[in-house]
Amino acid sequence: MALVKTVIDGREIEVERDRWAVEVARDMGIAIPTLCHHAAVEPYGACRLCVVEVTRGRWTWLTTSCDLPIREGLTIRTNTPAVLKARRMALELLWAEAPDAAEIQELGRQLGLEKPRFAPRVKAGKCILCGLCVRVCRDLIGQAAISFSNRGIDRRIGSPFETASGRCIGCMACVAVCPTDAIHVVDDGNVRHMETFHTDMELAECESCGRPSVPVKLLEFLRTKLPEGIPVSAVCPRCRRTGTAGKLTEVSTLAAQLGYIGGCKVGEASE
Amino acid sequence: MIKSVQELVARQQAARENFYSKKVRLGVGVGTCGLANGSREVLDSIRDEAAKQGLGYAVRGTGCVGFCQAEPMVDVLVPGLPRVFYHDMTPEKGRDLVKGLAQREFHPEWALMRLGADCLLVETERRLVGELNGLAKVPTIEEVPFYRRQLRIALRNCGFIDPEDINEYLATGGYTALAKVLTTMPPEEIIDGIEKSGLRGRGGGGFPTGKKWRSCREAHGSPKYVLCNGDEGDPGAFMDRSVMESNPHAVLEGMTIGAYAIGSDRGYLYVRLEYPLAVENLALAIRQAEQEGLLGKNILGTDFSFTVRLSRGAGAFVCGESTALMASIEGFPGEPRAKHIHTAEKGVFGKPTTLNNVETWANVPVIINKGWPWFAAIGSEKSKGTKVFSIVGKVKKTGLVEVPMGMALREIIFDIGGGIAGDRKFKAVQTGGPSGGCLPESQLDLPVDFDRLTEAGSMMGSGGMIVMDDRTCMVEVARYFTNFLQKESCGKCTACREGVRRMYELLERITRGQGTLADVDLLQEVCEYVRDNSICGLGKSAPNPTLSTLVHFRDEYRAHVVDHKCPAGVCPALTTFVIDKDTCIACGKCRKSCPVECIRGAKKVKHEIDQSKCIKCGSCREVCPVDAVATA
Repeated sequence: MALVKTVIDGREIEVERDRWAVEVARDMGIAIPTLCHHAAVEPYGACRLCVVEVTRGRWTWLTTSCDLPIREGLTIRTNTPAVLKARRMALELLWAEAPDAAEIQELGRQLGLEKPRFAPRVKAGKCILCGLCVRVCRDLIGQAAISFSNRGIDRRIGSPFETASGRCIGCMACVAVCPTDAIHVVDDGNVRHMETFHTDMELAECESCGRPSVPVKLLEFLRTKLPEGIPVSAVCPRCRRTGTAGKLTEVSTLAAQLGYIGGCKVGEASE
Repeated sequence: MIKSVQELVARQQAARENFYSKKVRLGVGVGTCGLANGSREVLDSIRDEAAKQGLGYAVRGTGCVGFCQAEPMVDVLVPGLPRVFYHDMTPEKGRDLVKGLAQREFHPEWALMRLGADCLLVETERRLVGELNGLAKVPTIEEVPFYRRQLRIALRNCGFIDPEDINEYLATGGYTALAKVLTTMPPEEIIDGIEKSGLRGRGGGGFPTGKKWRSCREAHGSPKYVLCNGDEGDPGAFMDRSVMESNPHAVLEGMTIGAYAIGSDRGYLYVRLEYPLAVENLALAIRQAEQEGLLGKNILGTDFSFTVRLSRGAGAFVCGESTALMASIEGFPGEPRAKHIHTAEKGVFGKPTTLNNVETWANVPVIINKGWPWFAAIGSEKSKGTKVFSIVGKVKKTGLVEVPMGMALREIIFDIGGGIAGDRKFKAVQTGGPSGGCLPESQLDLPVDFDRLTEAGSMMGSGGMIVMDDRTCMVEVARYFTNFLQKESCGKCTACREGVRRMYELLERITRGQGTLADVDLLQEVCEYVRDNSICGLGKSAPNPTLSTLVHFRDEYRAHVVDHKCPAGVCPALTTFVIDKDTCIACGKCRKSCPVECIRGAKKVKHEIDQSKCIKCGSCREVCPVDAVATA
């Protein structure tokens, strides 16, 4: 891979060509705030929070660092007044768009915002349309159970036609990546309600304790993805922990008996 | 199937002879502009009458000749005589025209212009032998003000040939450029010529075409794609529509030449769904060209193949943006992406792609035929060639004009466009579509080219030119276009989706009389943010209408928020219409035009508006013959 020289906040560095600027900056200890960026998926460039000032030749412009490939001769500044002003405005707009999102309010306050100068959207909530849920579901999980619909000011994220999604497996990867906690899921008895996406699904019973654990559809999905011979069992997290702890205890006791635990004299193994 | 250059030349010759045959030929403009004005009925009437006459007249549908408000247009070609164009025709006039031809009655009173010896814009001449008769009174095309200053390169053939018949394109010498390229010009020479010609993208970006072709040719990846952007979404722009409807082969020929130059064997023509006639005529042209061996496999008997497929849009302005267009062709929603990696390297389907606008492609065959020095001699220093503009709005003559780059705005609007309709006062011209800026009178001497207008805060864009008079409210213009843009935004990035939305909210408050000076300042701030932080051209240029009106018409914003008045008398909440008692002549026109019947008055009794009922529509002001209706 070709190496190129770039300057970020006055520090020169040589890195592989086409690495994303935001990640190179992070490696240098320069923290650039992001919302729609996640290492697990391709950059999207939607939230506009990670903007930086880029200079090449006689041109200087603002652009997002999450999808900026490092090339020879780029000079990047991550916190000039222009950059901070732009980030502030992005947050101000997002705050007004998603008035219930605490994370946005906090980020805004950090940059000196008190409250947005725009009226909060009436039917809004926490979604900032960063698309991480959509992208993770489509590109990482491979189910594409939810997507964007409509255009412009009517853009939204949801299940197809706002009805139950046939592709959802209830894995909750979307919940895990959402930066504003905008996806609402309730587990009630042996049903998982993906309320935001109008999708309900049955939870399998734990083989050990009998309590509801993971969605049946998720187990089916795993069976299709994992090689044959790997067992896929419906064991709930608690029982799995207990089971694993038990196995570890067995192993460590045996190992101690055989004198294999380093630093421990034989006979001094813990329970 | 035409399998060699010799065959092509023979076919062109035969087609030309057929065009200038011993038969009388009548052409009726059935482009969208003509059809909208009722030309279908004119065509039918002429066909019927010609059949009745039984004299073997050839009757053809043609495209748009550019003077759209004069449609329905009919042209008559009598052997040996100049070609004559008639304007504002009706089915009855059409019938009388056909009847009269047998007696050599040419109805010069209905004629707009006559053409010289050769009307097909090729080099050879045909002989005129007949008496001009009454036609001597009809002005030549060089004398008609609308056409006099024009140089129709991209618009060649439009309105002159039948777009549904490839033979008429051949008659003009069509596909000569392609033959020349395939048999005598290596790709490097073609690209070199296009570079030296100075051709720049006509869709609005103005990127040097030769440079684009070169980087695509040098890119790694296969297959390579050649695309045509026929999305033309700007309201008020219909330049590309005219070319696609009226001269589709020019686009195909240009694309094929481009494909040969960059090493591509396939491409797409992306046409917006709102242009059904363009889609039809292009589809037919593709079929006919393939049948003749001028498109598809082994073109002109060589081993070069190029296949083109039509891809239809589905009603999204943003799909005119290059990366969104490519996403749309791939079957995804039209969403732009950051362009750090150029589409010339990785475009549609992740392959090297050359995307050019319809008008750009249409220029290519002419540059090949006439040579790049000829093209580079036209236009201004950095903007070579001509540009097609659609002049619309409050101007006397609306339509499509093509002029050398560098002509002043004033000349286009006043000399060609005839000045302001109703002889009212010029106020502003918006150039470059909904993302274009508005320029006031003081900027009218600016030359129109890629760079000068951009420096002045507007842009040439795709060539839309909307003329506005003193009864246009510039704040309302900004609000109108911002509303369009907030709905057409793809919604991906915060800056455009949320920024343009908030711009609209502020503009709406201001036009409703609820705005403050602080709102105007916030509007400026949001505009600058959207301009500098959006992913794509839609967002980046969305603030142009607002920013340019804030610069050139700030006093109007002040009037709205400080004085609570709309000086142009447009915004209902800030307008009061009052009839001046001294000027009123009690003719009653206003009373009759009022849709809510709120004007009291009678013959010899001065008229008065009941303010409690008035809806501020302004029709009384429009119809008053003595300008007695004023804004208070």
